[in-house]
Amino acid sequence: MTDNIVIIGGGQSGVQLADSLRTEGHTGAITLFASEAHLPYQRPPLSKDFISDQADASALPLRAQRFFEDRAVTFHPGVTVTTIDRDAKTVTASDGTTTVYSSLVFATGARNRTLSIEGSALAGIHYLRTVDDATLLRQELAGARRAVVVGAGFIGLEFAASARARGLDVTVLEFGPRPMGRVLSEPMSRYFTEAHTRSGIALRLGEGIASFAGDGGRVTTAIGTTGTEYPADLVLVGVGVIPNDELASACGVPCENGIIVDERLQSSDPNVFALGDCARYPHAQTGTMTRLESVQNATDQAKTLAKTLTGTPADYTSLAWFWSQQGSIKLQIAGITDGHTDSVLRGDIDGDKFSIYCFRDGTLVGVESVNSPADHMTARRLLSGAMPLSTAQLADASFDLKAYSKSLVPTAESV
Amino acid sequence: MPAITFHHENGTTDLIEAVAGTSVMRAAVTNGVDGIVGECGGQAMCATCHVYVREEYLDRLPTMSDDEEEMLEVTASPRDEERSRLGCQLKITSTLTEIAVDVPVTQVHP
Ligand SMILES: Cc1cc2nc3c(=O)[nH]c(=O)nc-3n(C[C@H](O)[C@H](O)[C@H](O)COP(=O)(O)OP(=O)(O)OC[C@H]3O[C@@H](n4cnc5c(N)ncnc54)[C@H](O)[C@@H]3O)c2cc1C
Ligand code: FES
Repeated sequence: MTDNIVIIGGGQSGVQLADSLRTEGHTGAITLFASEAHLPYQRPPLSKDFISDQADASALPLRAQRFFEDRAVTFHPGVTVTTIDRDAKTVTASDGTTTVYSSLVFATGARNRTLSIEGSALAGIHYLRTVDDATLLRQELAGARRAVVVGAGFIGLEFAASARARGLDVTVLEFGPRPMGRVLSEPMSRYFTEAHTRSGIALRLGEGIASFAGDGGRVTTAIGTTGTEYPADLVLVGVGVIPNDELASACGVPCENGIIVDERLQSSDPNVFALGDCARYPHAQTGTMTRLESVQNATDQAKTLAKTLTGTPADYTSLAWFWSQQGSIKLQIAGITDGHTDSVLRGDIDGDKFSIYCFRDGTLVGVESVNSPADHMTARRLLSGAMPLSTAQLADASFDLKAYSKSLVPTAESV
Repeated sequence: MPAITFHHENGTTDLIEAVAGTSVMRAAVTNGVDGIVGECGGQAMCATCHVYVREEYLDRLPTMSDDEEEMLEVTASPRDEERSRLGCQLKITSTLTEIAVDVPVTQVHP
């Protein structure tokens, strides 16, 4: 029988899985297919440092070139898996090769949702997911004066803050009532609205994009749903992503806005797994089917799956955490604040250094921190240990949260 | 060529050449130096690039920002008041053309 774990996707989760499989002692073959021809790299800097005017020329790699030899990983950069035969247990790739697998892992990530409205094919309208996208964006930023951002999500606002720091006039159009509204608590959203407005970004809430107009094939104007025209040398669209689950779906693996897997990240086929941005799984903390897009999720799922694939089956239960950098604001989130019923603010909001503790029916479910990494680390410890903590304790400014969190004996599943 | 020396707990070293503007974290990650993670990509937000700078280089280091100061309070391996820095905040420059650091035993909280 072949012993070859085939990983489709050379991003954050696929590369971590290859690494962790060796750490866990896998001695069989590992084959990694990656559509992108580059040495695998980190995406988060692409919307932050990489587009600043003092950026490093090249993307920050996930691993060194020699990783693939050192860890005996057969790496196929620039090669896309095109079809899967689950009966024969083979994958066929764009280079014409067919490879047999013992286990197959989808680490295919997600791609940007695109606009199809009048003018959306004009040059100068950008999306940001890959280093190729970011390189083009960086080139065009150098000559641009006015940028319009569609969507006040993390990537849109990180870009907006970077563009503003380079001196551009920046307008952000957001259809919803508040920035990052799907994930942030209401007071945190409000803080960001005020901070970005203060830095000179024009944030248009409740206004979507209607169409674009151009000149000579290049965008010159973004037209909002209120009919307002915004002059633009450059547009960045950040309106969310679509999981890359079509390949799984085509070979009959159940998908629904992501590849459906259980707590072991296993699909309905016992030899097929999925992780990272493309996977929808039952979340240990919320109990609901969840698909997360974060480095933590991709990395920790890979570490967990490596255990299962080397003979020590493990459920994925890690605490979710996330970060975003928008200009001088460093946001960190621990846990999942979705559906919280109560919140307590600690720290100095006027001094841009505070945290918001979110509770659901009396239980702490998540903490959002601004420029307070120590609060964030404490929150991770608190949430992983499931310590009882009340809103009253938090509301007392003299209560020493850090000391309290350290009094806890960490559980095996803590950060 | 400027060079960064990484000393590991087990006595081995990695000597990495780096161009000006490269951070200690980036040099380590790009060259596969064990024990430096760089999870946040150099934003001073994860402390997985923690290093102990060797004494002879301490007077040449850039001043520490408040962010770095706070992150060093939450490193996985204990902070050394004199020598602990974040590798992503130490860049090779005309004044810092070489540096030697000790790599902590762990960068990740248990
Ligand atoms: C600009 C940007 C900024 C971000 N900032 C942050 C941040 O600050 N903090 C944070 O936590 N997260 C951030 N993220 C999210 C984070 O980068 C992703 O959650 C993470 O990369 C997901 O990893 P993944 O392995 O699931 O997918 P990816 O990293 O997207 O990798 C999937 C790879 O699979 C390849 N692939 C797809 N189909 C095939 C196929 N059929 N054959 C071969 N290869 C295939 C794709 O080309 C891709 O390279 C950011 C993302 C972006 C784009
Ligand atoms: S790389 Fe994250 S703090 Fe240095």
